[in-house]
Amino acid sequence: MIRPTLKGQRLAALFLLGFLLFNYPLLSLFGGNTRIWGIPLIYLYIFVAWAVVIALMALVIERKEH
Amino acid sequence: MLSGALIVVLSFAYVGLLFAIAYWGDKRADAGRSLIANPYIYTLSLAVYCTSWTFYGSVGRAATSGIGFLPIYLGPTLMAALWWYVLLKMVRISKEHRITSIADFIASRYGKSHLLGGLVTVIAVLGIVPYIALQLKAISASFSTILQYPNSLVTDAPESLPFLQDNTFYIAMLLAAFTILFGTRHLDASERHEGLVAAIAFESIVKLVAFIAVGLFVTFGMFNGFDDLFGKAAKIPELNALLVQGGAAGNYTTWASLTVLSMLAIILLPRQFQVAVVENVDERHLNKAIWLFPLYLFAINIFVLPIAIGGMMHFPAGSVDADTFVLTLPLSEQKTWLALLAFVGGLSAATGMVIVETIALSTMVCNDLVMPILLRWKFLRLTERRDLSRLLIAIRRSAIVVVLALGYVYFYLAGEAYALVSIGLISFTAVAQFAPAMLGGLFWKGGTRLGALTGLSVGFLIWLYSLLLPSFAKSGWLPITFLTEGMLGIDLLKPQQLFGLTGLDDISHCLFWSMLANIGLYVAVSLWRRPTAAEHSQANLFVDVLRHVAAGSGPKFWRGSATVADLQTLLGRFIGPRRAAESIAAYARSQGMTGSEQLSANAVLVHYVESQIAGAIGSASARDMVASVVDEEPLALDEVMAIIDEASQALAYSRQLEQKSLELEAASKELREANQRLQELDRLKDDFISTVTHELRTPLTSIRAFSEILSDNPGLESAQRAKFLGIITRESERLTRLINQVLDLAKIESGAAEWHPGTVDMRELIDDATGALSQIYRSRGITLEVQAPAGLPTVNADRDRIMQVVLNLLSNAANFCDKDDSAVTISASCNETALRVDVTDNGIGISEADQAVVFEKFRQVSDPAAGKPKGSGLGLAISREIIQHHRGRLWVSSKRGLGSTFSFTLPLSPAPA
Repeated sequence: MIRPTLKGQRLAALFLLGFLLFNYPLLSLFGGNTRIWGIPLIYLYIFVAWAVVIALMALVIERKEH
Repeated sequence: MLSGALIVVLSFAYVGLLFAIAYWGDKRADAGRSLIANPYIYTLSLAVYCTSWTFYGSVGRAATSGIGFLPIYLGPTLMAALWWYVLLKMVRISKEHRITSIADFIASRYGKSHLLGGLVTVIAVLGIVPYIALQLKAISASFSTILQYPNSLVTDAPESLPFLQDNTFYIAMLLAAFTILFGTRHLDASERHEGLVAAIAFESIVKLVAFIAVGLFVTFGMFNGFDDLFGKAAKIPELNALLVQGGAAGNYTTWASLTVLSMLAIILLPRQFQVAVVENVDERHLNKAIWLFPLYLFAINIFVLPIAIGGMMHFPAGSVDADTFVLTLPLSEQKTWLALLAFVGGLSAATGMVIVETIALSTMVCNDLVMPILLRWKFLRLTERRDLSRLLIAIRRSAIVVVLALGYVYFYLAGEAYALVSIGLISFTAVAQFAPAMLGGLFWKGGTRLGALTGLSVGFLIWLYSLLLPSFAKSGWLPITFLTEGMLGIDLLKPQQLFGLTGLDDISHCLFWSMLANIGLYVAVSLWRRPTAAEHSQANLFVDVLRHVAAGSGPKFWRGSATVADLQTLLGRFIGPRRAAESIAAYARSQGMTGSEQLSANAVLVHYVESQIAGAIGSASARDMVASVVDEEPLALDEVMAIIDEASQALAYSRQLEQKSLELEAASKELREANQRLQELDRLKDDFISTVTHELRTPLTSIRAFSEILSDNPGLESAQRAKFLGIITRESERLTRLINQVLDLAKIESGAAEWHPGTVDMRELIDDATGALSQIYRSRGITLEVQAPAGLPTVNADRDRIMQVVLNLLSNAANFCDKDDSAVTISASCNETALRVDVTDNGIGISEADQAVVFEKFRQVSDPAAGKPKGSGLGLAISREIIQHHRGRLWVSSKRGLGSTFSFTLPLSPAPA
């Protein structure tokens, strides 16, 4: 089975994106005492970013190349 | 308070259910309808990552550090994105080389080193056995919590039960039985356990469902959703602090180092290697797992913080251990069934980890620790034993029992000690030591055995000194001064402030120093010396595994001799004679042969057998065993280097290709030419046949016509009759001559003609020829002049044939001379190498265009003025064949209207036979 390397590169880019999103300094932007819909910002931020990264990974994997 | 009997029955029933699922899974696998051959089960089996440490411990951790538990799950999510490169490579390599554990993998990568495999095994056992103990402790703690609630909520009561009355002991025994039953059913070269994986996947579903159920209950049952929960928490200052990053969540360095640590753990933990690599059915399952596995982690983590905060608000501060919130919150609300579900969920998280980790460790211990040592002890004569497969299974089973027993003993002795509760991250840091050797080995060809060995052992020692021993000190097993004053009272050697480094938590501190030493030494020592031949060969196979797809993994560099029978016997000793025979026969069939008797022992077969054995006893020992029956000649290093140096290989390959294509081109050109020649010959043959039949028909027609006249007119005059009969006779003679000539030519051309070589005196021959034709010349009034000097050398030739040529030339000359003053000259001369004869006439001559074709069959130079030429048109063709047979040359030079000269030469030196 021949694997298109483009997929691998997209995933590697997602890794870098995730690493940036989940670490200092981006993380520190959301550390304040703010709440959205009553949910602490940092908690919301991490889970939303996490969901986005997973969704993008699913998109990269499941997308059919034509 | 729940009845103890119910809990006990429930937990044993649950483990019984696992038995049933595993049994079913194995049955389905045997029937060829695999339960686990899909990406979803694969993903669920990967979720063995989430242990009771996740199920109970995350909540406890969240209660003290807010979102500080998350890096442990964010790291694997990030790593999943890199699986495409990393895990795929590991899976492919392991399948090709039948690698069955992480120790085997690293040992195999660095030239199948026993020492390295043993070291990895020791580190894994030291790092993981306490982790197994932690799972047993979790089971035990959940037992006592659910049984004793609401009494003794803070589970700091040490284990007071003797182990025979301890349910955990029986659970551990059941797990050992389970692992032995489904983990070592038979020695399989691939070491896959379908039933076991099915059970693990089931456990992953149970723990996820249980945890989410509790989370939903706490968030929406006890509170009115996230808003309400967090809103109430915000009013309590110490809870609010947990919800702000940078507060209790610890600093960003801890956060980052935990992320990196868990990234490494997800591929390096023995249990993860077991489910992700060894138990992988199809590498395509990896695709979906890349996003499904993070999704699982995401789902199981959503409610961690709500449960923690809910628990802290529900119970008075310090009255209940946060680790037990998952159980105690439903219990406090009288939701018995939910509590039981949570209990089963925790049980599933713990048992799943224990089962997989035990089987992974036992494989390592057997293949990389016990077998190499046993095989080395000559007095055991193991290398001569006929069937080792039973011994192997026995070792594997004992290893399972020993690992679980060690885990239980550690749990029994350590109890609530710090050394046990903090073991999760300490374990992670231990397996992270494999990272440089593992990842370096996957992507860098320069890594050597010595480099890996030094890096790994020094990294391990630093881990031991700065993490494990301090945890012992904190448990009171070592004097606390070891921590506060450093070893021997030396300040710089304080285990957790090594060389005065402060400001890091203990995990980050250990990770920094151990990785610095590990990576540094791995690279430095690797660069110090050239890799050996074996290392270089393995490095190429590992690093380039994705490149040579299906090119076969066989060793290219092998010289030696062995017999198929020897190899089969050897294989039989490890996997049993019957399976060995089947395996060899299957191999033969895969090579397109009908049976194993057609096999010859070549490098590929030896590699095949070695990899089969490697599945049973590990690659390093397999190497030794195969070497014992295969009489290998060692390859010189420079020899191998020359072969495998990539550049030269590629170059040689492209050169080969180029040469091949040139050869191909030349061959196709030759073919084209041959084809053209064939077509030409075919055309000539057709021409020849049509000409011959035409030539035959002419005399036949006249013979028939005159015969009919004679037959129809009996009263014909006798003079007329005589004239007609004369014509018939002449035409018959012409027919005969023609047929003779055709036969003659055919004979000469096919090489079937008989030749009678002898000494020929050309002068005498010319005299005879002119004598024979003198009558014709005289009758036509043509002058014939002969110029043949005396003393011409003789030539070696067939006199009659040469005579035939001369007569043909002379009669042709006569035919083309019809003028009154016609004259023909025949002259003979000679130089040093050849005798030459010229026949010159002063007739009509031959045009240049015709000169080229006069020697072809049936080419008669017809001239409208001269009328129909005489002769068959075969004379010159035959003459040329004759002269060429004598290695001479026949040609013509002529000018239209000025006559022509036919010349031939005959070499003086005798023709070689």
